[in-house]
Amino acid sequence: MRDYFYLIPIAFGIGLSALAAFMWSLKAGQYDDLEGAAERILHEETDTPIRTTPPA
Amino acid sequence: MSCCDSGVEFALRSPDERATGDEVLLASRVVADGVRQTDLSVPTVHCGACIRAVEMALGALAGVESARVNLSTRRVTVRWRSKGPPPPFVETLQQAGFEAHLFDVGSDDKDGALSELIRALAVAGFASSNIMLLSVSIWSGAEAEARDLFHWLSAIIALPTLAYSGRIFFRSAWQALKRRRTNMDVPISIGVLLAFGMSLYETAQHGSHAYFDASVSLLFFLLIGRTLDHMMRERARSAVKGLVRLVARGARVVRADGTQVYLPISEIQGGMTVMLAVGERVPVDARVIKGTSELDVSLISGENVAVPVTVGSELRAGTLNLTGPLTIVATATANDSFLGEMMRMMEAAEQGRSAYRRIADRAAGLYAPVVHLTAFLTFAGWLVATGDMHCAVTIAIAVLIITCPCALGLAVPMVQVVAARQLFENGIMVKDGGGLERLAEIDAVVFDKTGTLTLGLPRLLGTGSMDRETFAIAAAMASYSRHPYSRALVEAVATLAPAGVVFDEVSEHPGLGLEAISGAIVYRLGRPEWALAGLDNGGRKLGDGSLVLSRDGGRLAEFRFEDFPRADTSTVVAQLKQAGMLVQVVSGDRDAAVRPIAQRLDVPYFAAVLPAGKIEHIAALEASGRKVLMVGDGLNDTPALAAAHASMAPASAADVGRSAADFVFLRESLSAVPQAISVARGAGRLVRQNLALAVAYNVVAVPVAIMGYATPLVAAVAMSGSSILVVANALRLKQGERIGLHGAANVQLSSVTVLEASE
Repeated sequence: MRDYFYLIPIAFGIGLSALAAFMWSLKAGQYDDLEGAAERILHEETDTPIRTTPPA
Repeated sequence: MSCCDSGVEFALRSPDERATGDEVLLASRVVADGVRQTDLSVPTVHCGACIRAVEMALGALAGVESARVNLSTRRVTVRWRSKGPPPPFVETLQQAGFEAHLFDVGSDDKDGALSELIRALAVAGFASSNIMLLSVSIWSGAEAEARDLFHWLSAIIALPTLAYSGRIFFRSAWQALKRRRTNMDVPISIGVLLAFGMSLYETAQHGSHAYFDASVSLLFFLLIGRTLDHMMRERARSAVKGLVRLVARGARVVRADGTQVYLPISEIQGGMTVMLAVGERVPVDARVIKGTSELDVSLISGENVAVPVTVGSELRAGTLNLTGPLTIVATATANDSFLGEMMRMMEAAEQGRSAYRRIADRAAGLYAPVVHLTAFLTFAGWLVATGDMHCAVTIAIAVLIITCPCALGLAVPMVQVVAARQLFENGIMVKDGGGLERLAEIDAVVFDKTGTLTLGLPRLLGTGSMDRETFAIAAAMASYSRHPYSRALVEAVATLAPAGVVFDEVSEHPGLGLEAISGAIVYRLGRPEWALAGLDNGGRKLGDGSLVLSRDGGRLAEFRFEDFPRADTSTVVAQLKQAGMLVQVVSGDRDAAVRPIAQRLDVPYFAAVLPAGKIEHIAALEASGRKVLMVGDGLNDTPALAAAHASMAPASAADVGRSAADFVFLRESLSAVPQAISVARGAGRLVRQNLALAVAYNVVAVPVAIMGYATPLVAAVAMSGSSILVVANALRLKQGERIGLHGAANVQLSSVTVLEASE
């Protein structure tokens, strides 16, 4: 049992990084326009979003 | 209009209003040095091609830095350099085939509450899954050493989670306790905190049972309910906010030295002189000192015939100037104007309704004392029976954890989210869950006439026998005017080929009609006595709702208009009556205008009712034990919307009306009313079932806990099980569920067809 304890921090770390990634994507406005994002992959031009909120 | 038409339909022929450059400036905000941002609501954007069309049209304008469409909210954000006047956004979009409305950037404060909920939910989700994993190995019999380690790890994860995700509940519970009340958050907070505290103690004492998993997953489940509830309201709010704004933002004021300045509406004082262009709304109550024109007053009084005004006429704030420029003198400030008065009446009326308590709050009021008393009795009982303090406290806390209203917290919001989703798909917006609960109780429906039973827009009658060429000439002339009749003519002829006649000059004569000159021929389209001037009218008396097209004074054609009922009006009224509802029509319009439609629908009517009269009428109905649903759109209905037990407004309603109503329906058909009622009743039934399920769960689980058998494993299984049961039950709300209102949407026979057949 004890031999496998090293797995705990690894699992925990993976979970934490996923949480951090979600928080980042939320802050970056990736969920602001889900429908639009689905359509925009078909556009050819470069396509940078406008920040609608001033960067904190 | 645009390429595709899925999603929400906006059955609106919007009043053609111009967003002047000044207004754009007033509604924009500075985002960077020399750059301004303007938000536009574009309800008809539907697909990728629309996004491109809008962005390219706007991007091509001089001065525009960037334009970005948000397809989910149907909005465009435009950045433009603030040197020089704002580019013509609305006009450009109209040319591209998109209806656009200016959106106040200031009013659209980023919703902080929702992102706080989502972040809290994410943290709780992460923590509960990790703690659950550790717990599973404990349940499956980890040795004492590993168990202690896992408990400590769980505690380390749980503590920051409680602090971060739990504060939403703690805050609300604290607020309630401070006001000496109790709400659902009080038992939640006590349960979660005690569970954590006891687990920490147990862990320190190397005990075998810790409830970290229970306290964190409880937060997770409850946050799901909270977040869903909030998203539902937010969605309706943003959809409703994006519609046409029917109040002026400001007005062009003439200063004493003759210069003109555009002032926001709040700075306009009595006695100021205001220039009112065609297509602008009257900013404050005022009197005309120069010019003649016609006003669209349908939103104010419910009358849909354009009202002629001339020097000396008194104007009410919110009416729309249709045909000629006017110079007016303000007689009141915005606060004292008609609109301000309506707002005050609305606020007063709303206070009466705040007495309504939502089902969840009523349940919590009963629940909390019972739960806490049970826990206390358990504690006392075990203490007396065993004399073991530790054992008594542990079992009492286990009772609190088991009874924590996890299923109860999901029971109501889950059903309401499913119901709101269904209504949304049918083009009905729900403002909050309380509205659904109130709507389920109603047994009387009061309709406004103009804009509610009817569309509030005149439509052309009987075009069958008309010569196509004549028709096309009339439409070509009408396209120069924004009078409701002209717009109806243009709309009616939209499918025909354009006229072969080219006009050299078209002029509009306010109150009379349009004159077009083509070579030596003079065409006139307007009031019969004016269009046929100099010629014998043949003694014929024409009705109010008619126009004549003449060539050199000779009659070419006559057009008659009528305000048409909304689709399905008569079937809807019949259905409501069949379902045992009391149906009435209460209108601010003249008796002669209300009687025909009320008689056709065979319902009692009250005409020429003032806004205060509408409130009294509803108050009288409520006093006689009725629960009234008010359906109305005008400014004059707004106080009544706020006073009624539940209220609905069409999307074409005045902004204040839309924000006062519990429901806003976007489609033309009035069948939204029975649809909303039946969904609300279905939802009400499921809510009661869910509450019963939650109680049944407690009846089973609480004795187990009192006996002292509620181990962490039992608590986790019972809690998740009951939550899943409640969610699954909520999903049973079916689309076609109609209680006492059979086949609301199935009857396709529209009243328009009936009316046309009867003529």
